[in-house]
Amino acid sequence: MSGRVLVGVKRVIDYAVKIRVKPDNSGVVTDGVKHSMNPFCEIAVEEAVKLKEKKLIKEVVAVSCGPQQSQETIRTALAMGADRGIHVEVSGKDYETLGPLQVSKILAALAKKEDAQLIILGKQAIDDDCNQTGQMTAALLDWPQGTFASEVSMDGAQVKVVREIDGGLETIKINTPAVLTADLRLNTPRYATLPNIMKAKKKKIANVKPADLGVDLTSRLEVLRVDEPPQRQAGMKVETVEDLVEKLRDTGMV
Amino acid sequence: MFFVMTPSRRLLSLRRSLVHCRGVSVENTGRKAAVDRVLSAFRSICGEDGVSLGEAIREQHGKDESVHRCRPPDVVVFPHCVEEVSALAKICHDNNLPIIPFGTGTGLEGGVGAVKGGVCFSLRNMEQILDLHPEDFDVTVEPGVTRKALNSHLRDTGLWFPVDPGADASLCGMAATSASGTNAVRYGTMRENVMNLEVVLSDGTVIHTAGKGRRPRKTSAGYNLTNLFVGSEGTLGIITKTTLRLYGIPEAMVSAVCSFPSVQAAVDSTVQILQAGIPIARIEFLDDVMIDACNKFSSLSYPVAPTLFLEFHGSERSLEEQVTMAEEITQSNEGSDFQWARDTETRNRLWKARHDAWYAAQALRPGSKAYSTDVCVPLSRLPQIIVETKKDLLESRLTGPIAGHVGDGNFHCLMVVDPDDLDEQHRVHLFAERLARRALALDGTCTGEHGVGLGKRALLCEEGLEHDTRLE
Repeated sequence: MSGRVLVGVKRVIDYAVKIRVKPDNSGVVTDGVKHSMNPFCEIAVEEAVKLKEKKLIKEVVAVSCGPQQSQETIRTALAMGADRGIHVEVSGKDYETLGPLQVSKILAALAKKEDAQLIILGKQAIDDDCNQTGQMTAALLDWPQGTFASEVSMDGAQVKVVREIDGGLETIKINTPAVLTADLRLNTPRYATLPNIMKAKKKKIANVKPADLGVDLTSRLEVLRVDEPPQRQAGMKVETVEDLVEKLRDTGMV
Repeated sequence: MFFVMTPSRRLLSLRRSLVHCRGVSVENTGRKAAVDRVLSAFRSICGEDGVSLGEAIREQHGKDESVHRCRPPDVVVFPHCVEEVSALAKICHDNNLPIIPFGTGTGLEGGVGAVKGGVCFSLRNMEQILDLHPEDFDVTVEPGVTRKALNSHLRDTGLWFPVDPGADASLCGMAATSASGTNAVRYGTMRENVMNLEVVLSDGTVIHTAGKGRRPRKTSAGYNLTNLFVGSEGTLGIITKTTLRLYGIPEAMVSAVCSFPSVQAAVDSTVQILQAGIPIARIEFLDDVMIDACNKFSSLSYPVAPTLFLEFHGSERSLEEQVTMAEEITQSNEGSDFQWARDTETRNRLWKARHDAWYAAQALRPGSKAYSTDVCVPLSRLPQIIVETKKDLLESRLTGPIAGHVGDGNFHCLMVVDPDDLDEQHRVHLFAERLARRALALDGTCTGEHGVGLGKRALLCEEGLEHDTRLE
C-alpha cells in the first residue's frame, strides 16, 4: 500500500459573502468577491492530516482544478499539513463549465498516476451543491465509496466509515483503495498558523494540464439562466379571524 | 472609606429628579416636533427604507442584553456609509436631537437606551472589512462587522483578533465600550488593540483619531485621541471605522481544568502563576455554585469546587514548559490533577461550558433574569475581595454564581433574580453597590469591561472620575 491520500480542494466563494446574481442572469458575481476553500474540503484535508499524524498513512497530496488562483487554495491545504500539491490548470470557458463529471475524470486519472490508497473529498461544494464528484470518481475507478462520513477509522487494509443518513447513522466497512466524502461532523478543521503558512511556501505544487491526463473537458450541461430567490413580499394585517379565513380562501390557500 | 449618602445629598438628588421630570415633559413635545421636521431630510439621505418609525423596530433598538428596561428612540436610521452618518448627524445637531449609535445591541449596561429619546443610528448596514494588511498585522473594519465574522474572514491568513467578550459583538461597539474578554490576560483589551478610529462627531465632522489611513504600530504624534474615544460609550461621537491590531494564531493550544479545596487556594494559584511570568492565555475562575450550574446545564461532571479553567498558547515546546510550571504551582496549592483538552473538539467543549455560564446561571432558577456585576481589582487584592463577596452573598441570601477573568483581577457575579420579587431585586442592587465600593476601597474599579452605561454613573463619581460624568 502506497500510504498516499489524495484530497480534492475546491476554490469557492466564501460562505460568509452575500451572493449577487449578475444583471444578465448568466451567473453570480465573482469578480472582487472573497473566495476561500470549500468548507467540506477543509474537513477532508483535516481528516487526511489527522490520519497522517496517527501514522496510518504516509503522504497527503492536495489537488485543485481551476485557474491560477486555485493555487492559493492548495497553499491553504499545505498550511494545514498536506505534503505537496497538484494544480490542474483549467481556465476561461472550460472553467466556467467545469463540473463533477470532468473533475471526477481528472481525479480518477490522478489517483492511478499517484497510486493513491484513499481519495478524500468534501461531500459537496457550497456553490453548486452537486454532491456528485465523490460518487462519480468511485464509479470511474470501480472503487468502494464511504460518503457522508462522520467518522473514519482504518483497520489494516479496510476502512470503517460511519455515515450520516436520513434514518440516523450507518456503519460500513470497505476495502481500500476507496473514496470517502466528508460530512460536517467528521472533525473541526484546524486554522492555518503563521509558521505553517511560511513552511507551506516551500512545499511543491506541480502543474498539470487536463489533456496530459487524457481528460476531455467538454461539458454536457449548459446553464440557461440564474435567478435570485423571489423577494419576500410584504404581509398584511387583518382585524378578525373571519377576515383571515376569507383572505386565505381568496388566495386559494384553503 | 465607604461613601455615605448624607440626608442633604438625598434631598438634593430628589429635587434634581423632580425638576428633571418637569423639564422632560416640556422637552418631549419639543423633541417630537423636531423629529417630524427632520424625517423627510433623513429619508433623502438614507432612502425610504433607511428610516424607521415602526414600534417594533424602535423597541429592538432601545434595549440590549442588560436588565435595564427598554428605552426606545423616536426614530431609527440605517446609514450605509460615513457620508450618510455625517449628514444625519449634522441634521440632528442642528435640531438638538440626541444621537444614539447602535452596533449589535449586545451590551450589558443599557448603553443603547434612549433616555431622552432621539435618533438611533443603527450601523449594521456598514459591514465591510477594509484594508487587511496581513504582513503588518492590521485590518480596518466598519461597525457592522462582528468579531466572529472578522476571525472567519481572517482564517486563511494565519491571523486572528483575540479580544473575545461573551457576545458576538460589533468591533466598533467593542471599541466604544473598551471591551475585554477571556484572552485579555495575554493579548490585552480593546484599549491596547485599537490603532486608529474614524469617528463622526455630534455636528457631523469626520475625524481620524490617528490621522487618515495611518497604522504605525506605535506613535508619539499628538494627543492620544484614539484612546479617548475607546471606552467613551457613544458619548463623544459615532465610531464608523476601527483599525485593529491582529495577532498570529497560536501554533498550539492546550486547555486544562483544575479544582481546588477553597476559593483562596484557586485565587492564590492564579496570582502565583502570573507572578511566575508564565504567559498564560486564559485563566478563568468558576466558584462551586457556578460549576454546579455548568455541570447541570451542559451535562458535565466536573467536581463541584472552586475551579480554574486554564489555556496555554505557544509552540509545542513552550507549551510543555508553561504547563509544567503551572502544574507545580497549582499542586502546591492543593489543586487537583489537571484535566486536559488538546484537540480542537475537546477544547471547544470545555470552553463552551464556560461561555454558557450566563445561561447555566439562569437555568438554576427557571424564569429568572440575570444581572452581572463586573468589578476589577489589583491582583494581590483578588483573594480578599472574592472571599468577602462570597460571604456577603450568603448573608444576603442571594444566588450569585461567580465566574471571572481572574488573570486580570476581574470577576463577575451572575446575580440570578426573580423578576417579580422586588425585595430580592433591591437586595441585589444593594449587594452590587457594596461590591463596587469594596472594589474601589481595594484600589480597583467598578467596571472592568462592561462599561458604565446607565447603572454606574454614581459609582463613576466615587471612583474619582466625576469630570467624566459631566461630559455625559
